[in-house]
Amino acid sequence: MHCSIREIPMKHIFLSAIALLVSAFAAPAFAQVTGPVSGTVTDDSGKFEITVLIPPYATPAAVDTPAGNTGELGAKFAKIIADDLSGTDVFKPVGPAGLRKISMTEVTAPAFGEWEAKGAEHLIHGYVRANPDGTLSVGCYLYDVALKSEMVRQGYNVQPREWRRAAHKCADSIYSRLSGENPFFDSRIVYVAETGPKQNRKKQIAIMDSDGENHKFLTNGQNIVLTPRFSPDYKQILYLSYAGRRPRIYVLDVASGRQKLVTESPNQTFSPRWSPDGKSILYSMEIAGITDIYRVAVTGGPPLRLTNGPGINTGGSFSPDGTRIVFESDRTGAQQVYIMNADGSNVQRVSPDDGNQYATPEWSPKGDLIAFTRIGGGFRIGVMTPSGGSVRMLTNSWQDEAPTWSPNGRVIQFFRTGQGSGQTQVWQVDVTGAKERKIKTPYDGSDPSWGAILKD
Amino acid sequence: MKKLAPTLLLAVSLIALSACAKKPRPEDLPPGPMGGGGITGQGGPGYGQPGGPGSREHFLAHVTSDRVFFETNRSDLDPEDRQVLDSQIAWLQQFPNVRIVIEGHCDERGTRDYNIALGARRANAAKNYLVSRGVDPRRIQTVSYGKERPEATGSDAESWARNRRAVTVTVL
Repeated sequence: MHCSIREIPMKHIFLSAIALLVSAFAAPAFAQVTGPVSGTVTDDSGKFEITVLIPPYATPAAVDTPAGNTGELGAKFAKIIADDLSGTDVFKPVGPAGLRKISMTEVTAPAFGEWEAKGAEHLIHGYVRANPDGTLSVGCYLYDVALKSEMVRQGYNVQPREWRRAAHKCADSIYSRLSGENPFFDSRIVYVAETGPKQNRKKQIAIMDSDGENHKFLTNGQNIVLTPRFSPDYKQILYLSYAGRRPRIYVLDVASGRQKLVTESPNQTFSPRWSPDGKSILYSMEIAGITDIYRVAVTGGPPLRLTNGPGINTGGSFSPDGTRIVFESDRTGAQQVYIMNADGSNVQRVSPDDGNQYATPEWSPKGDLIAFTRIGGGFRIGVMTPSGGSVRMLTNSWQDEAPTWSPNGRVIQFFRTGQGSGQTQVWQVDVTGAKERKIKTPYDGSDPSWGAILKD
Repeated sequence: MKKLAPTLLLAVSLIALSACAKKPRPEDLPPGPMGGGGITGQGGPGYGQPGGPGSREHFLAHVTSDRVFFETNRSDLDPEDRQVLDSQIAWLQQFPNVRIVIEGHCDERGTRDYNIALGARRANAAKNYLVSRGVDPRRIQTVSYGKERPEATGSDAESWARNRRAVTVTVL
C-alpha cells in the first residue's frame, strides 16, 4: 500500500476523494480508516508528505493545573503532536513555533485563508480546558484546508499526570486518518539504560513513552539485565538478569515489582518473547553449549522444546496470528533467519543466500514484514517479507542491532553502538528507511522493545 | 591464542604471570588475611588462604594462563589452548576440592543473544576438554557473559581477539 503513495502523480486529487468519502458518512466517532496515504511532492526526491500546520491550542481560560497552566499547555500539546507526526514518512508538520495561538471560536471555525497562505494542506486545531473535577479536556481537530472540511474531531478527558497521552492520542487519530495505518504513538517502550565504563556497564531496565518521555527505572543496576519485553497488556515484563551470576529469564510484575523465574532450570535461559496473546513465552536455553528454543505457558507447566540443534537456535518471535515463529540459527555455520510452525515443525530458511548473516528477527505486528540485523561489513537494520523476499536495508551505521516494531508495524526502533566508545543509543527509523532519528533517553540505551497500543 | 600479534601474546603472558589478567570483582574477593601466616602457622600463607596453595592467586601463579582465546564465531580449541588447559588440569588435580567457573565471553561484533549462546559454547569447549582429561564435571560450572564484559575496550582486531575468551575462575 505504501509504495502506491509515491506513484500518485497529482496533488490533492486523491486526498480530496478521501475527504469527501468520509464527510459523506459523517460519523461523529473516529471514522474507520479506509483510504491509502496521500500527499504532495515536497522535494525532488519524490517523497510525498502532507504539510500540516499546528498552531498552539486554544484555552477558554488560563488555569493552573498539575500539568501546567492551560494557557501554556496549548503550545506543548501542539509540539508533542508535531514531534510525533514528524517521525513518520507521511507528514511535514509546521508549528507550533512561529504560529499564532488560536482562539476558542477558531477551533471549530478555522481561518482557512490565513493558514492556506502559509502553505497548509491540512490544519490541526485543538483546545485545553481545566475541568472542575481536576481533569483536563483536550479537543483535537483535523481539517482539510482546500476543502474547508473537518476530517477528525476527537475529545479526551485525562488526569493531569497523563496529559501527554491526550496529545499522543490526537496524533494517532490524525496519523491513522491520513495514512490508513493503525495508530502507534500512544504506546510505551521498555529498554536497557546503560551507564559506566565499557568493561563494566551498569544496566537497568527502564520504561518510557514512545517519544522518550515519562522515563522510569525498574531495576537498580545491581545485576546485568538485558532484552526486556512488555507483555501485550503492559502488566509484566520479561527480561534476562544475571542475578546469582547466572543468566536466566524472569518475569517482572510491573505494579508489584515482584519477579519470578520463567523456568526452574540450572541452565542458562535468554532471548525471551511473548506470544501475541500474552499466554505463552518463547525463550532460548543452553545445555552443554547447545542452544534451543522453548515455549512455556505463562501459568507454568512443562516447557516444549521447539528446535533440536544443531548449533545455536535463538531469537524466536511469533507471527501476529501466533501460528508461526521466526528465529535465527547458525545450523549451517553462520547466523541465518528461519521460520517454523509454532509447534516447531516445518522449518524453512528465509534469509537470502547472499554471503551476509541475518540475525535478531522480529515479526511485524502487521504480519507483512520481518525486521532483522544484517551482519556483513557493518551491522545494519533491514526488513524482508516472511518468504525472504524484497530485502530492504534501512540503516547504515557501524553497529545497529535488535530491531523492534511499533505496534502498527510502520516504524522500527533499534540500538546503535558507537565504534570504540561502546556507547549505545536507541534510534528509530521508518519502515521505508526515512526519518531516522535518535530517541531521547537520560542515559545510554539498548535493547528497546515496543509495547502494544495503550488501551483507555 | 589465535590471531594475536606477537607483542600482544607477550603482553598477555606477562599479565597472566603477574596474576592480574582477571581482575576479580569485589564480591569475588576472598576474605581478607587472617593475620600471621595463616592457619598452618608456617612462614607462608596456608592452604586456602589468599596466596596460599589452592587459592586463586596460587592458581594464577601456577598455570600457563587462566584463559584460552577463540577465533571469530568459533569455539574450537587449538594445541596452544589445550596446553593452557593442561596446565589448569595439573593444578586442579593437585587441589581436588577446588571448584571452578568457566566464563565464556565474546567480542562486541556480534548480536546480544547470539553472543550469550556463543560464549556458552566457548565455556563448554573448555569444560569438555577438562572433563575429557579427567576433571570431575561436578567441579565445573559454566557461565556466558556474551559481549557484556569485555576486557579490551578498543574496537579493533586486537581488542576483539583478547575478548573472545574462556576464563577459568577458581571458587573456594
